[in-house]
Amino acid sequence: MSRLGASIDRRFKYYMIFPAVLVILLIGLFPAIYALITSTQGITMMDEDTSFYGLMNYKALMGDLRFWQSLLHTMIFVVIALPAELLLGLAMAYLFLERMPGRQVFVSLLVLPVVMSPIIAGATWRLLFDNRYGPVNQVLSWFTEEPVVILWTVDNNYVYPAILIAEIWQWTPFMFLLLLAALSNVDKSQMEAAELDGASFARKFRSIVLPAIWPVLAIAVLIRGLDLFRLFDVVWALTRGGPGTATETISMYAYILGFRLFETSLTSALAFVVIFFLAVSVTLILRRMEIDR
Amino acid sequence: MRADKGTGLAIRYVVAIAITLIFLFPIYWLAIISFKTPNEIFAFPPIWWPEAIQFANYRVLFKDGDVDAIWNSLVIAGVSTTVAMFFGTMCAYSIARFRTGGNFLGEWIISNRMIPPIAIVFPIFLLYVSLGWVDTYIGLILLYTAFNLPYVIWMMRGYILDIPIELEESALVDGCSRWRVFVKVVLPMARGGIFATAVFTFIFAWNEFIFALVLTRSNVTTFPVQVTHYFGVDSTFWAKISAMSMLGMVPIFIVVAAMQKFIVRGISLGAVKG
Repeated sequence: MSRLGASIDRRFKYYMIFPAVLVILLIGLFPAIYALITSTQGITMMDEDTSFYGLMNYKALMGDLRFWQSLLHTMIFVVIALPAELLLGLAMAYLFLERMPGRQVFVSLLVLPVVMSPIIAGATWRLLFDNRYGPVNQVLSWFTEEPVVILWTVDNNYVYPAILIAEIWQWTPFMFLLLLAALSNVDKSQMEAAELDGASFARKFRSIVLPAIWPVLAIAVLIRGLDLFRLFDVVWALTRGGPGTATETISMYAYILGFRLFETSLTSALAFVVIFFLAVSVTLILRRMEIDR
Repeated sequence: MRADKGTGLAIRYVVAIAITLIFLFPIYWLAIISFKTPNEIFAFPPIWWPEAIQFANYRVLFKDGDVDAIWNSLVIAGVSTTVAMFFGTMCAYSIARFRTGGNFLGEWIISNRMIPPIAIVFPIFLLYVSLGWVDTYIGLILLYTAFNLPYVIWMMRGYILDIPIELEESALVDGCSRWRVFVKVVLPMARGGIFATAVFTFIFAWNEFIFALVLTRSNVTTFPVQVTHYFGVDSTFWAKISAMSMLGMVPIFIVVAAMQKFIVRGISLGAVKG
């Protein structure tokens, strides 16, 4: 190609990325810079103090019990919901792996929770969990043969199960779909060979299936892990972080700090800590999982 | 052996049907409440099937103007999807074919997808206050466009890489400009991918809650925010919660059902080629 053509190409490729990069920069970079600056200042609802305080807000955050509690709550949701979704999704994927007439119908129906708005999913479970007019307590009472009155969204002992059930219900089909696709691509001849050798299910799973589905599994866990870490909608719909602050997640706390308490500088510090924490852990996880191509 | 296989299949069917029913029950419950009368909604013990299917709960939404929220969602999700698809596909083409920006640009773009909304919504809110963009279409449209661009770029890059490059080369030899090649050759070839990606982009904007909660008041309330307005101490608005949710959900279900082929790739950020 002529040199003229090459130079036109070079400009063309930059013209093509320009609008997208501009929009992402506008929305991605501005908040970061803003948060970085205000997190070193002393802006609160009462005080527009923009003098430099260094790391004061970060120190305040590290000493903030409510911050650590919200982090703990978030982690509880992550470490319970993530494995539960993964294992349930895997079991379901195995169930539907072998051909069965009408399989596609089942799969199409099971995808519906995933494409629902999480806030609507939360609202739905709120209706289901209602202590009097919801069917959950009703069904439980059939088994116990006496009236069940569990206050799912208020009782300290049941708010976690309630949120976890809603969350796992909505996202297990996500794991299921991805793992079904991955399992369908596992080399069949290898599996048959292992079968002839009399390999156990566990053995086949470990040495043939797992390596084959690993890239997909890793991506699915990463996507869901990140989603769970910023859990907000379902909690908002079911408990609003309550009772008290018992189910307050990091995202809920950031919302309250920023939009209820108007702690501008502290909110910015929190935002920065969250972004930093995510960036570090995602990098580490990607390295470990070796999916960083 | 043969009987064994038959029993196995039968058991799998029973389990499959049971699981599907469990997963669909919440959606069924939401739907059925929307068809109940107030007395049936607040009957104890709860009624699983109403006397008659009636649409009064939906009529109220239209009469009270609550459906404006659906219209707002349609405008915001529709426009932001169109803009994000257009800019995103251009960018994806440049990255896929010319490796623009090397690995860095691609990784930087996708890393933007990982930022939790709550970490940026507060600065955005203050920016919008100073621009007068709170509770306007432009505010949410711009935000959703920016938030969807990484997804569009990532997905469309994959779809464009699947297109054989020879067609573009022969069009160039025929004297087409680069832009014409993009519009006349690449876009038609990527049609399926564009459609699938647009659907998921639309769903994201349609379902989004935090940004809409913070950045709308009453003019451009989107439908997820509208539904949360019915939450209250008393539960008198159950009919509205369910009917509104159904209005916002059913169109999405229909579209998704129509595009089975693309779903796995769409929700896995392209990690699984469909």
